[in-house]
Amino acid sequence: MKGTNLGEFEELVLLTIAALINDAYSVAICDELEKHTGRAAKLGVVHAVLNRLEEKGFVKSHLGDATSARGGKRKRYYEVTHAGKVVLIKAKEVRESLWNSIPGFNLEGSL
Amino acid sequence: MRSFNTKSKKTEPPQPPRWAQRLLAWYCRPSILEDLQGDLNEYFERNLTMKGPRKARWIYCLDVLKFFRPYTIRKPDFINLFIHWIMLGSYLKTSRRSLVRNKLFSFINIVGLAVSMSVGLLVISFVADILAYDDFHEKRDRIYRVITTFKTPEQPPVDLASTSVKVGQRIRKSVPGIDALTILRNGFGGDATVGETTVPLGGHWADASFFKVFTFPLLEGNPATALKDPYSLVLTEKTAKKLFGDVDPLGKTVRLDTLNYTVTGLMKDVPKLSHIQFEALASFSTAEAQFTRKDPNFYGWDNIWQNYVYMVLPVQTKPESVLQALNTFTKQENSGLVNRTVSVSLQPLKEASLGPKLHNAIGPTMVPIVIWVLSGLALVIILSACFNYTNLSIARSLRRSREVGVRKIIGALKSHVLGQFMAESVIIALMALIVSFGLFLFLRTQFLALDPFINNLVSLEVSGWVILYYILLAILVGLLAGFLPALFFSRIKPIQVLRDVSALKVFRRVTLRKTLIIIQYGLSLIFITTTLIGYAQYRSFLTFDLGFTTDNILNINLKGNKGAVLANELSQIPGVVEVSKSQLITSLGSMGGTTMKYKDSQDSALVWHNMVDEHYLPIHKHKLLAGTNFTRHPKKGEEESEVIVNEQVIRRFNIAKRNPQKALGEQVVVDKKKLTIVGVLKDFHYGTMEKQIEPVMFRYFTDQLGGYLNVKVATTDLPATMANIEEVWRKLDKIHPMEAKFYDDQIEEAYQQFAIMIKVIGFVAFLAICIAFLGLLGMVVFMTETRLKEISIRKVLGASEGGLVYLLSKSFLNLLLLAAFVALPATCLFFDQVVLVNFAYHQPIRVNELVISVLVVMLPAFLMIVSQTLNAARKNPAKVLKSD
Repeated sequence: MKGTNLGEFEELVLLTIAALINDAYSVAICDELEKHTGRAAKLGVVHAVLNRLEEKGFVKSHLGDATSARGGKRKRYYEVTHAGKVVLIKAKEVRESLWNSIPGFNLEGSL
Repeated sequence: MRSFNTKSKKTEPPQPPRWAQRLLAWYCRPSILEDLQGDLNEYFERNLTMKGPRKARWIYCLDVLKFFRPYTIRKPDFINLFIHWIMLGSYLKTSRRSLVRNKLFSFINIVGLAVSMSVGLLVISFVADILAYDDFHEKRDRIYRVITTFKTPEQPPVDLASTSVKVGQRIRKSVPGIDALTILRNGFGGDATVGETTVPLGGHWADASFFKVFTFPLLEGNPATALKDPYSLVLTEKTAKKLFGDVDPLGKTVRLDTLNYTVTGLMKDVPKLSHIQFEALASFSTAEAQFTRKDPNFYGWDNIWQNYVYMVLPVQTKPESVLQALNTFTKQENSGLVNRTVSVSLQPLKEASLGPKLHNAIGPTMVPIVIWVLSGLALVIILSACFNYTNLSIARSLRRSREVGVRKIIGALKSHVLGQFMAESVIIALMALIVSFGLFLFLRTQFLALDPFINNLVSLEVSGWVILYYILLAILVGLLAGFLPALFFSRIKPIQVLRDVSALKVFRRVTLRKTLIIIQYGLSLIFITTTLIGYAQYRSFLTFDLGFTTDNILNINLKGNKGAVLANELSQIPGVVEVSKSQLITSLGSMGGTTMKYKDSQDSALVWHNMVDEHYLPIHKHKLLAGTNFTRHPKKGEEESEVIVNEQVIRRFNIAKRNPQKALGEQVVVDKKKLTIVGVLKDFHYGTMEKQIEPVMFRYFTDQLGGYLNVKVATTDLPATMANIEEVWRKLDKIHPMEAKFYDDQIEEAYQQFAIMIKVIGFVAFLAICIAFLGLLGMVVFMTETRLKEISIRKVLGASEGGLVYLLSKSFLNLLLLAAFVALPATCLFFDQVVLVNFAYHQPIRVNELVISVLVVMLPAFLMIVSQTLNAARKNPAKVLKSD
């Protein structure tokens, strides 16, 4: 059960990878997350999440070409797999159906 | 790769710390390593511009440590370990072969390690014993002792292990929540008589809760009541055996002096490693019954000299909570004291045996510094032997590099080679351990025989735990000694070695090896000079002109007997010239003093004293500057009227403007008695050499008990005279054996601690020299062997033998000289500034001590170097060169 679930932060990371398209590697993901959420994304946390996502089969990765930046070390690029897309869409659907079941005035009143 | 890095470093911006990079590469799983390194590098570069290089490095290190997580860690390499296991047989075989092939080097290594480790074993046993003190008490972690600090305005504060009875009683009454508290008083003892047998007995008075606090199992009797009633006595097994034989002692009567005691308990003997030692315990109520009438201050707050208070705190209770209560009533009680304060604090039981030096200690105490010094000495010796191993192994690497090359080509990894050589050194160290254990058994007897104090203090038994520590020590020594050589071997490049052995840079680490030799010889020199300077000082203490004579004076401890009768009998013996009485023997460290006042009743000073009779001054040839010996010889203390003082007294009180002649007839007040000065003595040494000469007075020996007889002996047949004296003693005192010592011997005993220190350091010096010598021998042999061809060619080309010897030995001799230049001034400075300032009277450091120490260390080394190089230089070049 736990293997296929998608946590909140995992979902964010997965979406970010999808948004970054061909430039999704760890540092870029961190920066992008920080830009959108406004909170600091620690490399260690993101790295661990990427590792877990890959284990669950939602992303796959490949090493890029070596450049002189980063001390000559290659970057690992991530892309969302089919299973990843499915789980993202499913999460979105769950939210939307929940949103739809909320009467509009109910929420506005509390704001 | 490395050369690239080192070159580019200068031009490139700062790099992340190297060790952190290595750590990451070491633990991180290879599949994600590169990517992770890249990420960290990217952040590092970013931080470099934003936060500066220092912070960037710091963050990098933190990140490396933070990334140490389950998913990043590399799986242990089981195959590698398995290969180690398979190859073990091969490692052992090659190690054994190389040991046998190089007998000299193996000998040097094993003997050096064994000798040094035997000292290590001794120190381990010693420390283990000291730390095991009082471990047999079940409540050992909760037992605390009340210790006391006594302050007067005139003198520095005195720290005491003893305290007052009152403290114990007040704690018992007013501090709630203490599990048990017991009060002890020392000084119980005397001659115990049962029927016909009389045995001297020593012990303490202890109250009924003694057995609640301490775990001394009773074989017979009730621990709760054994020490309750007055005149109850608890005997140890050994004492009971002496007194009663095999008869059950419980309920029987023992007569001590004039009082009858009932035996209420029989306990197991006190273990050796206990800080409280006794043969018998009497109930504290006995002491109360005996002393409260005689001594009104028995329960006084400032009667802090003979009593000990121990308490058990409940689990979880901190001593601070008791201390607070203590402080409040300390304040109350001190307000009742004039001119002095008594403050108390708590000390855990462990510190009673290993802790700060306190006066009136109840049993043996060890100061931590001694343990540190001993461990330090052992460490230095062991390190020295490790240096030898490291040195010789690296030097010999030429011989074994082919083996390593072949191994590597077959597929051994760096870690395999590293493991092999580490294992080899550990095995050698374990072999050395066996030898060193034999040496240790011998050393132990020597060490215990050094001084009765050491023999009482520790047993140095070998137990299971201690053996474990021995093995640990050996393994540690092996790893330490083998680490550098193993690292060196593991870095060998196989192709280079197999193509041409000489490509191996054996001489690259020459500076390291030279430094090691300098350190070894420097330390040896420091030890030997310390020994010699110490010995010279010690000799000077023994032969110092004390201001009086000690020749042929036999001091007999009276042990409570009446001196007059014995003196009379003794003076009849032929060979005995004169007999005098004195309360104590001066110059040995024992002192006694009282306050003296002159005309000004506000001005008092502590003056050391000795009670002597009229024969004392002539026998000891004290020089009188003015006046005479005692003119009146009163029998009772109340009739005392005369005093003889030294120059310091006159100077202190400015009596008669410091004129000895005019000081005669002046009166001083001592012990509320007016005494007339009848003589002024030239200053002499009352205390030991540490002390300055201080004011001293001689008073007349009246009716006090105890003290000594000083017998001046002049005889050609000493054994006969001694036998006569002993016979007289035995007639008068049938219980105590005679305790008679010559003054000169006593002075030697007084400085025995120095003799012990000198022996220990001298022994260490001897070992250090031996080990350094062995190491140097190995190096010289190796050097001449490898340069044999060069020597032969030089010889063929016309070099003289002398020239060759000079060439070969020059570098070694330079090392020795350098070691001397560092070590000698350091030792001299240390002694001059730190050690000798503690002694008010000492000899200056003389040049010949330094010269001798240099000779002792350098001469064997020098002879060895010359003989070895000469040997090489004399070899027939034709034979050497033919074989190639």
